[in-house]
Amino acid sequence: MNTPKILKITGLEKTYSSGNKQLTVLQNISFDVDRGQTFSIVGPSGSGKTTLLGLCAGLDEPSAGQIELCGQDLSTLNEDQRAQLRNKEVGFIFQNFQLLPTLTALENVSVPLELQGAKDAEKRSMVLLEKVGLADRSHHYPSQLSGGEQQRVALARAFANQPSILFADEPTGNLDEDTGEKVIKLLFDLNKEAGTTLIIISHDLELANRTQQILRLKGGQILTNQRTSVLQS
Amino acid sequence: MAWRDAKASKVRLILFMSSIVLGIAAVVSIQLFSTNLKDNIQRQSKVLMGADYVIDSRQEPTQRAQAIIDSLQPNAYEVNFVSMIAFPENGGAKLVKVRGMEGDFPFYGTMDTQPILAATRYQDLGGALVDATLLLQFNINVGDSIKVGQLTLPIVGALKSIPGSNAISSSVAPPIVIPYRLIANTELLQFGSRKEYQFFYKTTNDFDLIAFEEKIDPLLDIENADLDTHTSTSERLGNRYDNVGKFLNLAAFIALLLGCIGIASSVHIYIKEKLKSIAVLKCMGASRLQSFLIFLIQIAGIGVIGGLIGSIIGIALQELFPYILKSFLPFTVEISISLQPIFTGVFLGLFMSVLFALLPLINTWYVSPLEVLRVGQSTSKSSKKAQVLVSIAIVIFLLLFSYVLLDNLMFAMGFVFATLLTFAILAGIALLSMKGIRKFFPKRFGFAARQSLLNLFRPNNQTVVLVVAIGLGTFLISTLYFTKDILLSKTEVSQTAESANIIILDVQTNQRDAVEQSIQDLNLPILDNIPIVTMRMHRIKNKLVNKLRQDSLRQVRGWILNHEFRATYRDNLTTSEDIIEGDWTPQIAPNAPILISLSENLASDAKVGIGDEIVFNVQGVLMETTIGSIRKVDWAQLQPNFTVLFPKGVLEQAPQFNVITTAVPDEKSSADLQRDLVSKFPNVSIIDLRQVYTVVEDILNKVSWIINFMAFFSILTGIIVLIGSVRTSKYQRIRESVLLRTLGAQNKQILKISAFEYVFLGVLGSLVGILLALIGSLCLALLVFNEPFVPSIVPFLVFLPGISLLVVAIGLSNIRTVLRSSPLEVLRREG
Repeated sequence: MNTPKILKITGLEKTYSSGNKQLTVLQNISFDVDRGQTFSIVGPSGSGKTTLLGLCAGLDEPSAGQIELCGQDLSTLNEDQRAQLRNKEVGFIFQNFQLLPTLTALENVSVPLELQGAKDAEKRSMVLLEKVGLADRSHHYPSQLSGGEQQRVALARAFANQPSILFADEPTGNLDEDTGEKVIKLLFDLNKEAGTTLIIISHDLELANRTQQILRLKGGQILTNQRTSVLQS
Repeated sequence: MAWRDAKASKVRLILFMSSIVLGIAAVVSIQLFSTNLKDNIQRQSKVLMGADYVIDSRQEPTQRAQAIIDSLQPNAYEVNFVSMIAFPENGGAKLVKVRGMEGDFPFYGTMDTQPILAATRYQDLGGALVDATLLLQFNINVGDSIKVGQLTLPIVGALKSIPGSNAISSSVAPPIVIPYRLIANTELLQFGSRKEYQFFYKTTNDFDLIAFEEKIDPLLDIENADLDTHTSTSERLGNRYDNVGKFLNLAAFIALLLGCIGIASSVHIYIKEKLKSIAVLKCMGASRLQSFLIFLIQIAGIGVIGGLIGSIIGIALQELFPYILKSFLPFTVEISISLQPIFTGVFLGLFMSVLFALLPLINTWYVSPLEVLRVGQSTSKSSKKAQVLVSIAIVIFLLLFSYVLLDNLMFAMGFVFATLLTFAILAGIALLSMKGIRKFFPKRFGFAARQSLLNLFRPNNQTVVLVVAIGLGTFLISTLYFTKDILLSKTEVSQTAESANIIILDVQTNQRDAVEQSIQDLNLPILDNIPIVTMRMHRIKNKLVNKLRQDSLRQVRGWILNHEFRATYRDNLTTSEDIIEGDWTPQIAPNAPILISLSENLASDAKVGIGDEIVFNVQGVLMETTIGSIRKVDWAQLQPNFTVLFPKGVLEQAPQFNVITTAVPDEKSSADLQRDLVSKFPNVSIIDLRQVYTVVEDILNKVSWIINFMAFFSILTGIIVLIGSVRTSKYQRIRESVLLRTLGAQNKQILKISAFEYVFLGVLGSLVGILLALIGSLCLALLVFNEPFVPSIVPFLVFLPGISLLVVAIGLSNIRTVLRSSPLEVLRREG
C-alpha cells in the first residue's frame, strides 16, 4: 500500500557563511514521513538536528534541495504563506517551552486559534488545558508555573490548532526524569487521540525507540534511517 | 571587566549616552552664552551708555536741578522726543525719535554712520543723521532733505547704530539725530509734548561713581531728575538678559532631566538583562562591590563621554545665539570659549548619569546570587532603603542645581516642585492607564489589539518613561503654541473690529477742530477725541510726596512720586475698563467733592483705596480729590488707556491737549493721512497701530523661535529616549514576535500588534501633554493675560497625530529587523 507522505525531503543541504568560510551543517539529506507516523531524529550535539527541524517546519530556507510539507513545496511559498501553513497544519513543542510571558496559560494556548481568527478559541483552549490537567491553573502566568506545568501548557498549545504534524524539539530536555516521563506520556496520548504525525528531536534513544522510525544524524549527514518495532496506530 | 562587558553592549551604551548628550549641549551652550553676555555687558558698559554717567529729566530741569547739572559741567547734552517727520522729496511721513544733540556724544563707542565722517560733522553742518533702515524704507538718500516740525534740513548721514539703542525700540520710532541748537526752530516742544532731557558726563577712571551716585541721586530725585551711571545701567541690562538666560537654562535643564530619566529607565532594563551574568560572577566569587563597580564604571564612562560630546556640541551651538538674539541686544556679542562650562558639562554628564542610574544599579548590590539566578522581582528592605536615599539625593541635587541657575531659593523650590508635579502627573496618568487597561481589559478586541495592550504592562515595559518623554515634549510645544495664540488673537481682534488703528497725539486745543476736519475731509471717521491733562501727585493720604521721596520706609512705589500722569475726563467707561471697587461717578456738580477713578495697578502701587485722598498738582494748581472707584484696565488693548480718570465737570478749563483716534482701511490711506496732518500740524505725532502690531508680531515670532529652539531639545531628547527604549526592548520583542511567527502569525499581524501599542503610547503621551498645556495656558490666560481663552484646535489637529505618527514610525522601524530575523536563529539562542 502506498501510504500518503506528509513530509518529503529530497537532497537537502544547509550551509552558513561565517566570514569567508562556508560551514556545511546539513548535506545530502533525503527522507520522508508518512501521515500519522511517529518519527524521531537523533544524533549527538552539533549533528544538525535542530537545523533540520527548522527547515522541515519552514522556519528557515535550505541552501539546496526540496521540502514538501503537507503536499506543499515550501520553496514556492513566501514567509507569510509559510506562516499560514504552520498556523493551519503544524504544531510545535520546544525544549524551553517558549510561552509568552505576558499571557496566562489559557491565553497562551489560545494564540494559534486567535491567529486563525477562531471565535471559540477560549472554549477550545480550556478543553485542551483540562486534557493536560491544568484547568485550575488556566489564569496563571508562565512565571507562576513549574517547568513541567509550562511544558504541559506548551503541549496544549501545540494541539490547539489541530495540526497535521507536530514537531517536538527535545521536549523533555529541561525536565527531570519523572516529569519528563509524564509529559512524554501525555504527548503520545494526545498524539494518538488526534492522529497527528509526530516528529521528535532528541538525543535520548529510549524516547526515540518509542517512535516508529528513527533517523540518525552525524556531522550533518544521515547515518541510518530505520523503522522500529513500534506499530502505527 | 567593565570595559569588556561594555564592548559587548556597545550600541545600547551609545544610545544611553545620546540621551544626555543633547541636554548637556543645551545647558553648556546657554551657560557659555550667558557668561559671554555678562562679560560683554561688563566690558562694554561704557560703550552701551556712551558716557560714564547721565542725568536725565522728563521735563525741563528745575532751577535747582539745572544748577546741579551745570555745576557738574556736562560734556554733551540732548533733548529727545517722539514726533512726526516728513520727507519733502516724496511726501513720506513717519513717527521718529528726534534727538537734538550738543557735544561730542558718544564718548565711548561710536555712532556708526554712512559716510563715516557724518557722525562727527553733522553738528557743524547743521544736518540730520537719519536711521539707515528708515532711509531705505522711504527710498531717501543722503543729500535729500527732511522736515522736522517747521524746520527743513539736509540729511548728512545714514545712522546705522547709536550706543544704547536696539533694533526693537528702533523699529517703532527710528532715531534721528539733529544739532541741539536747531530744536527750537522745529517749534515742536509745545505744551504737553513728551520729552526727555539728557546730560552726558565723562569722568576719569579713578572717579568713584558709586559714592557719587549715592550723594547726588537723592538730590536729583527731589527735582524729578535721575542719575544713571554706566555700571548701574549695565547691571540693570545684565539682570534683564539674566532672566532670559535663566529661563533658557531651565528649559535646557528639563531636556537634561528627560535624558536622565531615559538613562535610568534604560539602565533598569539593561541591568535586569545582566542579572544572570552578575549571578555567574558572584557565584565565581566576585564581591558585591566588584559586580556593582563593573556597571558603575560603564555608566560613569558614558556620563563623561556624553558630557564631553554634549559640551562640544554646546560650544558649536552657542555660536547661533547671537544671531537669534540680535534684535534684543543693543550691542554685538563677541563669543569666546571659556573652560568652565565645559567642566560643568562633563561634571553634569558624569554626576547626573551616575545619580539617575544608581536607582537600578543598587539592585545588583542587594540581590543574592541565588535570587539573581531565579531572576526574581523581589527587592529586599535594605535595597528599598537605599532607593529612598538615592531618590532624596536626586531631589536635593535638583534643588541645588536649580538654585545655582536661578539664584533664588523660593523660585528653585517652585521650579523643582513644578517639574516633579509635571513628571508625576504624566507618570501617574501612564500608571493609571496601565491599571485601567488591566482592570477593564477589552476581552472582545481582536487578538492584535489585545496583544498590543498587554505589551503596555508586560514585564520590562517602558510605558511610563515613554509617556513622560512624549508628554513633556508635547506639553512644551503646545504651551508655547497656545500662549502665542492668546497674544496674537488679541491683536487680531483689535485689528478686525471697528476700532482705532491710528492714534494722533499732542493735538493742541486750538488745533482740535482743524485736525478733526482734516480727518473727515479724507472720509475717515473720528472715533475718539480724548482730552489729556498732565498732573503730578502732590500729597497722598495727607503725606507730602516730597516727604515720601525721602522716607526710606515708605510703602508707596517710587515711580508714582516722580511720574507725570496724563489724566483724562469723561462721563463713560470704555470697553477696556471694569469697575472692581466703589462706584463710578460720571459727572461732578460744581464745588462737590471730586471723586476720581484709579486703575487697579496704580491704587496698589500707591497703597491707596476707596475714600483715600490724593492732592494733584495740575500745572501749578493743587486739586483735592477722593478715590471714588478702582478700575481694572486691559492695558493690552492697544487704545488710549488711563491710570487716572476724572469725571466730567472738573478739568474742562485746565490747560490740555487732545488725542484723536481714527481708523484707516489700508496702508495708502494711512500714508495720505500722515502726510496731510504732518504738513498742516507739524507738532502732532501719529502712531499707526498696524505698524505696532507688526512689531509686536515680529517680537513674538522671535521669542517663540527661541522657545521653539528649547522645546526642540526636549522633543529631540524625547525621541532619543524613545529610540533608546525601543532598542532596549528589541531583543524581547524579537523573541516574542518570532515565537508568534513560528506559531503561524503573519508579518501583518506582528506589525499590527506593534503599531497598536505605539499608537496608544503616542496618543496617550501627546494627548496628556496637550491637555496639561491647555490647563497651563488657561491659567496663563486668566491670571496673567486677563483674557478669555479660546483654545486653538491646531495642537489637537497637528501635534497629536504628528507626534503619534512619529512615535509609531520609530517603534515600527525597530520591528523591521524583527521581521527579518530568522525564527530558527532566535529559537536556537533561546534554547
